[in-house]
Amino acid sequence: MPDFLPEDSVGIVSPQRFHFDEPLTLRSGKVIKTYDLMVETYGELNADKSNAILICPALSGDHHAAGYHSMDDKKPGWWDVCIGPGKPIDTNHFFVISLNNLGGCAGSTGPASINPDTGTWYGPDFPVVTVRDWVNSQARLADRLGIQQWAAVIGGSLGGMQVMRWSISYPERVRHAIMLAVAPKLSAQNIAFNEVARQSITGDPDFHAGRYRDHGVIPKKGLMLARMVGHITYLSDSAMREKFGKATQEIKEASLNLGRDLRAGKLSFGFDVDFQVESYLHYQGERFSETFDANSYLLMTKALDYFDPSVDYDGDLSKAFAKSDCRFLLVSYSTDWRFPPERTQEIVTALLKAGKQVSYLDIEADEGHDAFLLPVPRYMQAMTTYLNRVKQEVAS
Amino acid sequence: MRADLEIIQKWIKPGSRVLDLGCGDGSLLAYLRDNKHTIGIGLEIDNQKIDACLHKGIDVIQQDLNKGLGNFETHSFDTVLLTQTLQAVHYPDLLVEEMLRIGKNCIVTFPNFGNWKSRAYIAFKGRMPVSDFMPYQWYDTPNIHFCTVRDFDDFCRAKNIDVITRTVVDNKHRDSAIIRAFPNLLSEIAIYHFARGHQGGK
Repeated sequence: MPDFLPEDSVGIVSPQRFHFDEPLTLRSGKVIKTYDLMVETYGELNADKSNAILICPALSGDHHAAGYHSMDDKKPGWWDVCIGPGKPIDTNHFFVISLNNLGGCAGSTGPASINPDTGTWYGPDFPVVTVRDWVNSQARLADRLGIQQWAAVIGGSLGGMQVMRWSISYPERVRHAIMLAVAPKLSAQNIAFNEVARQSITGDPDFHAGRYRDHGVIPKKGLMLARMVGHITYLSDSAMREKFGKATQEIKEASLNLGRDLRAGKLSFGFDVDFQVESYLHYQGERFSETFDANSYLLMTKALDYFDPSVDYDGDLSKAFAKSDCRFLLVSYSTDWRFPPERTQEIVTALLKAGKQVSYLDIEADEGHDAFLLPVPRYMQAMTTYLNRVKQEVAS
Repeated sequence: MRADLEIIQKWIKPGSRVLDLGCGDGSLLAYLRDNKHTIGIGLEIDNQKIDACLHKGIDVIQQDLNKGLGNFETHSFDTVLLTQTLQAVHYPDLLVEEMLRIGKNCIVTFPNFGNWKSRAYIAFKGRMPVSDFMPYQWYDTPNIHFCTVRDFDDFCRAKNIDVITRTVVDNKHRDSAIIRAFPNLLSEIAIYHFARGHQGGK
């Protein structure tokens, strides 16, 4: 709970629900007849509506990106380090929009919503949504708000993929595309981790083929395992050593800290939790399983697996960008092994081949894939500098 | 205006695409953008210099020249620039080849080690030259491939590179008849504009 709101916080915010009646045809061919999107906004939209920034959420990110819902909140929104007055995405100058995507579980229409055709909740019948479908729904949200062109569309990881899709599908509606910790498509290793996550969920006896609510249960164990394996891929080896090992400076300097701190100070000689890292993963998995919907998690991982904007262009990503008319900023993080710098550089190369205006930063960061969510000074500085230019463009 | 910019800008076509290798704080690209309406991209590895580029609205890619330029398409730029960096790369010959592949024409500037001051320094002091202009000791210098104007002329001949224009100046980028008469002895900075298969090349 914040005792007082920091000066650079957007403060107390409340989400808004936007209802859409126009049916949305999905990439799969299926149609969602009506849907809601949960949205938060920070800052003020200027008179000519040129200062709007869209934040595209990552896998578990929702509309609550910054500020607090009440003074009782333990934590601010998921990207509060980056969004606020005087922060890199400066709400004194920009009108920032963040949303929960379709298929999510934080208020937007998803598997836990009621299917108007059946009168009961969608569950496993909610159609598989893709990044392209999300971006189409986000474009309708922009229409609703009267925003013809985003000053910037920004996102990390799965959010970065939405940014990429924006620059391809709606070239005239994006001035700056900022993608963080992103890859042009998943590798077999990435898909493999997602499949382990899905199998954990669907193999849980409480999953009931996705209709777990009818049985009054949730596949808690499966969701927990899915999150645990996911979480491992978000952290770097060095971040885990640091996090789970109290070490003297000498040990750190000699790279001898392996992060093997014990939870109870001694080995149990049993199969319960011995090490801090186990305890941490249990806690993270447990917490996640209480707040996230299992069907939504399955959908999110599929959206990741299916993402590949080059499929419509003979596998040549540079052709996908042919019509893009924005400027690009891409950032990778040295210890990210989920989407390592080389994967981000594939996008940079495609953009260069397409003759686009692109900047790229390879940030030294120990935090792994999660670095894009954290206040890494060099990264925050670059975001601030870049967005200051965008500010000037918007003002002039 | 930086004197070298004054010289280089004359060779840049308005509205052309320019790649600046080791672009520093982006001032050259910013100048060309503002005065020649060029579309430019810089390559740089230093964080602070990259930030200075972003501040100017100059696109910059964080990339080490020593790791190659394979991510750039053949003939994707009109002009590829390399200012005061040739002597600091691991393989100057390979880099120049890559520049010729990527750009229709290229501009390279480098400190001329054949200058009389360098010669005199070695001749009389018997030590590697250290000056205000090149302030490094031999063991900590980034400049690992010094060459002279004559060396570079030979290099261009051997590699079948057409020198379009060669300008030789002092360390303030001043040009003079006497420097032009004795380029290898008197110039401190050499500025080459070159291409391969250039019509009218020397």
